[in-house]
Amino acid sequence: MRIYVCVKQVPDTSGKVAVNDNGTLNRASMATIINPDDMNAVEAALQLKDELGCQVTVVTMGPPPAEGMLRELMAMGADDAVLVSGREFGGSDTFATSQIIAGALHNLGIGKDDIVFCGRQAIDGDTAQVGPQIAEKLNLPQVTYAADIKKKGDVLCVKRLLEDGYMTIEVQTPCLITCVKELNEPRYLTVKGVMENYDKDIVVLDYEALKDEELIDVDSIGLKGSPTNIFKSFTPPQKGAGRMLAGSVEDMSNELVTELLKKHIV
Amino acid sequence: MAFDNERIEDYKDIWVFCEQREGKLMSTDIELISEGRKLADERGAKLVGLLLGGNGIADAAQELGGYGADKVYVIEDEKLDVYTTDAYTKAICDMINDKKPEVFLVGASTIGRDLAPRVAARLHTGLCADCTHLDINMDLYTDFLREASTMDIDNMTFDMEDTNLKMTRPAFGGHMMATIICPRFRPCMATVRPGVLKKAEFDEKKAASVVVEKLQVTFAAGDIRTKVLEVVKEARKMVDLIGAEVIVSVGNGISKDPEKGIKLAEELAEALGGGVVGASRAVTDAGWLTADHQVGQTGKTVRPRIYVALGISGAIQHKAGMEDSEIIIAVNTSDDAPIFEVADYGLVGDLYEVVPAMIADLQANIA
Repeated sequence: MRIYVCVKQVPDTSGKVAVNDNGTLNRASMATIINPDDMNAVEAALQLKDELGCQVTVVTMGPPPAEGMLRELMAMGADDAVLVSGREFGGSDTFATSQIIAGALHNLGIGKDDIVFCGRQAIDGDTAQVGPQIAEKLNLPQVTYAADIKKKGDVLCVKRLLEDGYMTIEVQTPCLITCVKELNEPRYLTVKGVMENYDKDIVVLDYEALKDEELIDVDSIGLKGSPTNIFKSFTPPQKGAGRMLAGSVEDMSNELVTELLKKHIV
Repeated sequence: MAFDNERIEDYKDIWVFCEQREGKLMSTDIELISEGRKLADERGAKLVGLLLGGNGIADAAQELGGYGADKVYVIEDEKLDVYTTDAYTKAICDMINDKKPEVFLVGASTIGRDLAPRVAARLHTGLCADCTHLDINMDLYTDFLREASTMDIDNMTFDMEDTNLKMTRPAFGGHMMATIICPRFRPCMATVRPGVLKKAEFDEKKAASVVVEKLQVTFAAGDIRTKVLEVVKEARKMVDLIGAEVIVSVGNGISKDPEKGIKLAEELAEALGGGVVGASRAVTDAGWLTADHQVGQTGKTVRPRIYVALGISGAIQHKAGMEDSEIIIAVNTSDDAPIFEVADYGLVGDLYEVVPAMIADLQANIA
């Protein structure tokens, strides 16, 4: 039994977001983090490993520096790591990305007992599309928004969140599950883990390694092959600055309520 | 299955996936049908609703007609009563391959966001997530850009004949906007953020004249690979942020005494005419309020008449979810908190002192 966890390195948008003059994100000037939901996916895999002793493989698509993130995840307890990286993959939309990652997973081999975990969505795009699209390309059943996962024989019993409650869903392996933050509390990496993994080999799958993979159509990856294109990207106008009220608490409150009454807001 | 570009002209009509839970339409369905009507008129196409569910679901078709659908395709099948990814994906892909819509819109609910990517991947077409604005007609699109961007539209050239669906969504917490197109594949697919598009007026005559066509789907053994054991509605009362007129949200500023902070927010909402309490991510992460209170990019997008931010610094993710509110009032101890950049009225001070004063003044003046 092997568990694959798909992870992504993302710019940390909780701080200040830097934008280039042309309206694209200035990634170079921003700190990177492991996408938060992906940490819950890694923890879910590690908990199953603790229970059942399976192999946990972390997989990412990104530029070579993403290797540092993969080492951190091995220091948390993942057994091995795969970096899918190539200039030909750059500019891929979710459709193209999922095709490449599905191709990489197929190349690594998905057995009868295997599970693919993903985070629900990445904070840089917030699309939540890549997980389900990988599942479709690999012809695996999927369960998204997983907030609890229990393995019983060859089925997983998953609590799947809805806006107004949840569903309990039974799914056979192999399958793909996307994880939400309610699922667990990710563990910390250990010093021992860091020491053991700082020079461990990472499997790199580049364009050459994947171009003949049957799930990948080389004409529908990268910027050119992606079905969606950016028509325009732009910055919204800043809303006109409002009024800062001054004075004591009583003065401010008084002035506010007077204004609201005057403008018939209340 | 590769898509045949040669046949792109065969794809016509605007389709909307109308999600139901326990046989009831979702409010997003009405928002999408209302928007779909506008797009169908721009394109000179028909607007078609897709209604999948168990026996009796066809009864909801008239309501869709009343908001603008010309036609509703209905599949009643017990296997579609409760949503499963596999059953819905198969039923919808079969219909799309057979009838070839040009545009297919899906609400970005937790179910829509499970279904739409799966359908798009199977059909080999593009999908844009969580759109907040849609256009086909270029005059309308450039009008939109004039309002919504800082670009000098009148000195730019556009192909005014473009008939692609232009799907606009916030990127990076609303700091940037991107308009996405899908020029080479059909249908062009988008999920649309709930609570953003406006509902049309209901029209009895249109409701009575909608064309309802029942279709069938055949499932083979092994088509549906998941089993829903139970669907549980949470007993707790859901907070309806989306329809609220007044929202008073609390942020990390209530950490000193969360219980009292939330109580003050409730009282202020009441004094403003009745409303609900929202929260920043910090508050839901800390467990002081449940996740359904969360306003922002990963929570809900709201645009109430009055939005009050108490002790919320105003991270871009939060601002993205509330900056379209009509009147924004912010209370924060720090005078350089980013929330003041979007506030109509800013009050620098301790919320535990400012809010009771506001409540007292409101009660004294409105009573």
